[in-house]
Amino acid sequence: MTRPPQFTFRLFVAGDAPNSLQAVANLAAFCRDHLADRFEIEIVDVFREPKRALAEGIFMTPTLVAMTPPPVRRIVGTLSHTQTVLLTLGLLDSAP
Amino acid sequence: MFASAQTALSTRRDGAWHITKWKSRMESNRPAQTAQESSKAPTGIVGFDEITRGGLPRARSTLLVGGPGSGKTIIALQSLAHGARDCKEPGIFVAFEETSGRIESNAESFGWGLAELLRKKKLFFLDAQPKADLIQSGDFDLGGMLAALEAQTKAMRARRIVFDALDVVLALLPDPAARRREVYRLHEWLLAHELTATITAKSGGDEDSDVIHQPFSVMQFMVDCTVILDHCVTLGVSHRTLRVQKYRGSGFDENASPFLIENGGVVVNVARSRTHVDPKISNERVSTGVERLDTMLEGGYYRGASILITGYSGTAKTTLSAAFAEAACKRGEPTLFVSFDSDCNEVIRNLASVGIGLDRYVKNGCLRMISARAISGSAESYLVRIKNLAQEHGARCLVADPVSTWYKSSYDTNAHSVADHLIDWTKGKGITLICTSLFDEMTTRIERGSTLQISTLADTWIHLNYLVQAGERNRGLSIIKSRGTAHSNQVRELILSDKGVTLTDTYTAGGEVLMGTLRWEKERAERIAAEAAETAAKLKRLKLDAEEAQLALRVKSLQAELVSTQAEIALLVRSTQRREGEMSRGRSEIKELRGDDETIADEKGSPR
Repeated sequence: MTRPPQFTFRLFVAGDAPNSLQAVANLAAFCRDHLADRFEIEIVDVFREPKRALAEGIFMTPTLVAMTPPPVRRIVGTLSHTQTVLLTLGLLDSAP
Repeated sequence: MFASAQTALSTRRDGAWHITKWKSRMESNRPAQTAQESSKAPTGIVGFDEITRGGLPRARSTLLVGGPGSGKTIIALQSLAHGARDCKEPGIFVAFEETSGRIESNAESFGWGLAELLRKKKLFFLDAQPKADLIQSGDFDLGGMLAALEAQTKAMRARRIVFDALDVVLALLPDPAARRREVYRLHEWLLAHELTATITAKSGGDEDSDVIHQPFSVMQFMVDCTVILDHCVTLGVSHRTLRVQKYRGSGFDENASPFLIENGGVVVNVARSRTHVDPKISNERVSTGVERLDTMLEGGYYRGASILITGYSGTAKTTLSAAFAEAACKRGEPTLFVSFDSDCNEVIRNLASVGIGLDRYVKNGCLRMISARAISGSAESYLVRIKNLAQEHGARCLVADPVSTWYKSSYDTNAHSVADHLIDWTKGKGITLICTSLFDEMTTRIERGSTLQISTLADTWIHLNYLVQAGERNRGLSIIKSRGTAHSNQVRELILSDKGVTLTDTYTAGGEVLMGTLRWEKERAERIAAEAAETAAKLKRLKLDAEEAQLALRVKSLQAELVSTQAEIALLVRSTQRREGEMSRGRSEIKELRGDDETIADEKGSPR
């Protein structure tokens, strides 16, 4: 039995915009519900670090970038549709 | 296709003249620009700045709406490049649809020097295309983009910004409320940063138009200037038009103006030009190239006038207009000859056969010949190109042969307005314009109507016609009208020979003008009659001379007779006197000898 992969997330937010705050909350809830302890989250505020947003091509906020496991996936939005997130991260099949 | 070798060959003198003229024009524009600097950002698009009276609203946003391929991106980018290059206003181009690399390479052919501007950091492309692998879950906003742009704007002190195809990203937003919210967010951001913004968006042409319609209707109320671009095809001919729908705080030209995408970018053709309301009226005459026609028109056409030459096919319309072009080149005036129906070299060759040598003027750069067969497109596109070329060449005389082609390429009233515009424009510039127009026997009534419509605008209208008489077809020329000039009312015969074009005297007989052989016969008959009369006169003279001589002779002989008679008389008198003297002396001697004295008595009283 293989060890389930570790997830690394980078969430780009626009300060304390309602969308962004909602996304942070949704991501936290999602990780708690589906990923137990195998996740890592970095939150990037585009207002503080616009160069990073520019470099990564982040134009819509909030944007979640799933760095690992590969491939890199991006999800734009408040992450309110859990099913979509699960599908995107490939967690639907392995879900118990 | 236009940049022919002829330009490269143009002489240095002409080139210098052209440049100085251009400079002076630029300088004359400058004060106007600085005066409006506070409120307008010039786009550098020929015609567009005229329509908007200075350019886009500065520090405000402009919406460019148009269907696919209507030229939104080009107009936006051209304006941005102009700002960065010529107005010291660095710009950012946010590309939502095409990648920046593609836009750059597409724009390369326009020669705006984008690569250099990018290198000098006066221009910045931001690729903001939604990624293909983008997955959406829930609501989002454009905060990230604005944050990134803010950093970039500060870094390069950008003054202008373009959002190309904003609809692409707005379409991703889940509901109209969100779209409206993002549009407002963007608008606020632009105002806060005092950027001169151009936002392009699609309209119609695709099924998404319903989706984007609502936020853009909001947008249309929000922005300060809306420009609507249209691209339609009528009878297979493409027409591009541009219309300023609204412009807050400024007057503008409200009509749809045709525009073209040219080698150097977009060129907008201003429909009715305010700048040309004051044409330079000149009393100067320019030669028609036909000496006798000059005489008929009291010295030629007026400088800056527009002349219409109509006639059926083959009535020497081209030749007559070329004669004018040749005369202009002889005076050293830059001339543009636009042929709509044949190739330039063909025209030159054909004209050489009637003694009009345009070749050398093409070589020395004085004459520029353009075959408009190479131009495809609508009447407007012809017009814009002709205007550009004439300006580039600094033309003082312009020949368009024949403009009736326009009626073929655009079936509606466009052609008329185009011809109208050409006449207005040349008048404004003081360019003498000759247009020829085919007067086809087959033309429909409508087309004929159009031809006649231009004729009301033209200052001089020369009509060429065939007159068929005695089995011959001869060319007749008549001046139908010529404003401000007394002109002959008579139909003249136009003769083309290898020595050139000339008009001949006309003979009228039985109310008809005689031409060709009939004219020749008439001329010959007159010549013979004159000869006969001359001979008769000579003969009579000779006769009279002889008679006179005879009489003189007789006078002389009579005089001689008279003299001899007189001499005889004198002789007679003298001899009589002598004899009488002798006799009396003899008698007295006898008396003396006799010594008698009765002699006296005898002498006195005796009868003899």
